[in-house]
Order: sequence, then structure tokens, then C-alpha cells
Amino acid sequence: MIELLWPALLSGTGIALLAGPLGSFMVWRRMAYFGDTMAHSGLLGVTLAVVLNLNLTVGIALVTTALALLLFGLQRQRRLPSDTLLGILSHGSLAVGMLVLAFSESVRIDLSGLLFGDLLAVNRGDVLWVAAILVVALPVMALIWRPLLAITVHEDLARAEGIATERIRIVYLILIALVIAVAMKIVGILLITALMIIPAAAARWLSKTPEQMAVGASFLGVLCVWAGLGGSWLTNAPSGPAIVVTAVIAFAVLLTVSQIRQRLHR
Amino acid sequence: MSHAQPLIEARQLGVRLGGETIISNVNLKVFSGQIVTLIGPNGAGKSTLIKALLGVHRVSEGQLTLAPSTTIGYMPQRISIDDTLPLSVYRLMTLTYRAPRLAVIDALRLTDVPHLIDRPVQQLSGGEFQRVMLARALLKNPDVLVLDEPVQGVDFNGEVDLYRLIQRIRDERGCAILMVSHDLHLVMAATDEVVCLNGHVCCTGAPETITQQPEFTQLFGHKHADALAFYSHHHDHNHSLAEQGRHIHD
Repeated sequence: MIELLWPALLSGTGIALLAGPLGSFMVWRRMAYFGDTMAHSGLLGVTLAVVLNLNLTVGIALVTTALALLLFGLQRQRRLPSDTLLGILSHGSLAVGMLVLAFSESVRIDLSGLLFGDLLAVNRGDVLWVAAILVVALPVMALIWRPLLAITVHEDLARAEGIATERIRIVYLILIALVIAVAMKIVGILLITALMIIPAAAARWLSKTPEQMAVGASFLGVLCVWAGLGGSWLTNAPSGPAIVVTAVIAFAVLLTVSQIRQRLHR
Repeated sequence: MSHAQPLIEARQLGVRLGGETIISNVNLKVFSGQIVTLIGPNGAGKSTLIKALLGVHRVSEGQLTLAPSTTIGYMPQRISIDDTLPLSVYRLMTLTYRAPRLAVIDALRLTDVPHLIDRPVQQLSGGEFQRVMLARALLKNPDVLVLDEPVQGVDFNGEVDLYRLIQRIRDERGCAILMVSHDLHLVMAATDEVVCLNGHVCCTGAPETITQQPEFTQLFGHKHADALAFYSHHHDHNHSLAEQGRHIHD
């Protein structure tokens, strides 16, 4: 039976590795809500895949990428504050996705698996998807690392110093969209941003450089995925919440340790 | 000073952002070794003008000419870096420009803060941070320094010191300095030319003469004009900036 766990473990590991650097930027750039919005639109992607008879991952990737580009374009308008805009798109796309799935009687979809993750739904094909995205996304991430960091500190300054800020930001958004697409089966659309943000926030306490934080987040993320999937396997709990709870515990422990260390150093 | 060719020249420059005209018909020249200060009320387009000169905003009308191979060092308005981002001063200085540690220390020495190189940026005081950003702008040894409200978040004594430092940098390096400032009194003493902006250039001139222009009093009121006239009077004495600064509060 253990061989059933392998696909989830492997793809979960790949996702956590990517979530480290991507999630660190999400924390630094205060984009948690932004990530949530993109993840929620994943449900529409499922609908699209079902209606058009596409691969599930492809359907989700198409919709999340489209939403990333839409959000990028809408950020330029000034009429609506951006969190209002995100709220509309986030909940709007979630609700539309749910409705369409509810009314299409021909398809039976495990809704709770989509929302909270189901490790048994992960198959070999998914592992290959994660591997493919890992091979593309890691070098791209390394390539945009320094310019994206400069943009994160101050966008106008980066631009004045010759960085193509818009191009870099779009690439970053597309990377998030792709990771969301492959992470959906394991953690579920409601919890994907948690896997990006919590390990990064936990790694903050141990890091002195941005790179340490990103690598630390990847490392912690992998540990949380392993522990969470193991727990989910043993107790039949949904995999997404199991992973996220592990991450929250890791965050709390590291926060406490760092606070104690700070007191001692004073 | 003989000014052959300006380093930066804007002719009838205009910038529109999101369909809204922020500045229009701006003429501006910055020469080598000159300190030019942009003043004007909030929303006058001071930062917009600077960002257009730096290529951050697109110029929508008019012309912008930089002298060949002019390098610009830019210090933006006070920036805040999120606590969640672990960043040392060294990393901040070398975000877009890879410089060896020694070069960074040299730049920090120009603003008297070389000891801060390994400090996390969140632990800097307002004055320290602005000095680091000034050193950062100097790192590439630029021909023009563009400083957007360089003393923001700095206490009063620190302000005086910082303006004096900026003047010293100009004297020692002979670079041009284009600066945005709010506090009229302090900055006037350290400026060769004042450009008063309010969507367009209202008036321009040496600090001694600009306060007598009707456009200036219209924008800033007589109170400021009188205060400034008072300072330009004292300009030829050998008062230190610090003393001049304190006079204001007498």
C-alpha cells in the first residue's frame, strides 16, 4: 500500500521546493491575498478542464495564468483599491467555479478533495508535471532573483537603475500560477497559499539574508509536506490541512525559539 | 562657473499618468557642479518630474536630453523595507549593481557610515538610513545625483548635517545635484538655483532673487518669502548652516 503514497510524496516535495523562494517573495511583497485570489480561480480551471475535456493540471494552469495577467493589467487602474479588486475576483471565481460544478450533473468531482487536497488523487502523471515545472521554474527563478529582489525593495529605484520591472513581475506571477496548478491536488485550492507563506514566515526567524530565508522555506516546506502526508496517510485526514497544521506548528516553534534566543542575547 | 553644456536638459517636458496631466511645459537645465533644488507644494509633480528624468515615467511631451554617457545616482523618497525581508546594508547597496565590499565601504565612508555595512536595514535610524541611501546613490560615481527629499525622517540637527554633507559632496566631487525639498529655509542656503514647480515651472532663480518674484509669494505666501529673504541676507556672512537653522526658531 505504501507505493500509493509515493506520487504524493514526490510531487509534494517538488512543490515545497518551489514554494520556498516563491512564497518568500509573496511574504516580502505582501501578496498573500493576491496568491489566494489566483488559487481560488483554480476551481474555474477545474470546470474548464471538465467542460473542454482537458487535462486537469492544464485547465488550472490556463485559468490561473490568465488571472495573473488580468490582475497585472488591472493593477494599473486606480479606480478600485487593489484588495477590493482581489476580493471580487477571488470570491467571484470561487463561487462561479462551485456553481458550474454543482450544476453539471454529468461530472462527479470530489469537491472536498479539490478544496482541501487529496493525496490519493495524485498519480504518476502529476509527478511528471511537477518535475517538468520544477525543471523550468527553478532556473527561471534563479534568473529573476536579483532583479525581483530589487523591485521588492523599491520598484521605481529598480526601474531607474535599468531593470525591466514589468517583465520581471509578470514572470514571477506566471511562476506562481504554474505552482498553484500543480499544487492543487495535494493541498487543495483553499490552502495552497498557506504552503507558500507559512514556511517562508517560519524561516524568517532563522535567516540573515534573503537567500537563507528562501532555502530555509523550501527545506521547512519539504519537512512539513513529509510529516503532513505521513500523518494524513496514517489517520485518513485530508492531506492539505495535515500539511498546513504541520507548517503552523513549525512556525510557532521557530517563533518561540527565536524569541527566547533574543531574550538571552539582550 | 562656466557651463558649456547641461548634463540634463528638459524642454517643454510633460508627463501624463493614467490619463491625468501631472506636469507640463517644464524647462529645466542642470549643469555640472550645480545644486538645483526643486520646491513646490504637495502634488506639484516634483517627484514625477524627477522620475521622468530618470526614465521611470515615460515622457509624454517635449524633449529630454542627457549629455552623452551621463550617469545618474538616484535616492528616492524615504523608503521603508518590510520587516520580513532580511537585508543587510551591503545587500541594499548592491541590489542592482554588483560592487565589491571595499567599494561599498568607500561609498559609505563618503557619508560617514562605513561601520553600518553589515547592519540589517531595519535597525537603522532615520538619519543612518538616509546616509546609506545617499552612499548608495554615490556608489557608481555618478555625474548627477538626484535626491528626492533626502532629509525625510531625519531629526532637525540631522537635517542640517545632511544638507551640509550634500554640499560637501558637490564641492569635493564636482557632480551636479538635483534635489527635491520641502523645507525651504534650510535648503536655500545650500542651493545655486531654485526651481519652483506647480504642475509647471512657476519661477526659477538664485535663492536670493527668487523670493522677490510674485509667483513665489503667491505660492508660498509672504511669511516664507520674508523668512527666506532673511536668510539670503545672511548668506554672505560666515554663519554655519547649523546657526542659520537655529535662527529660524528664534
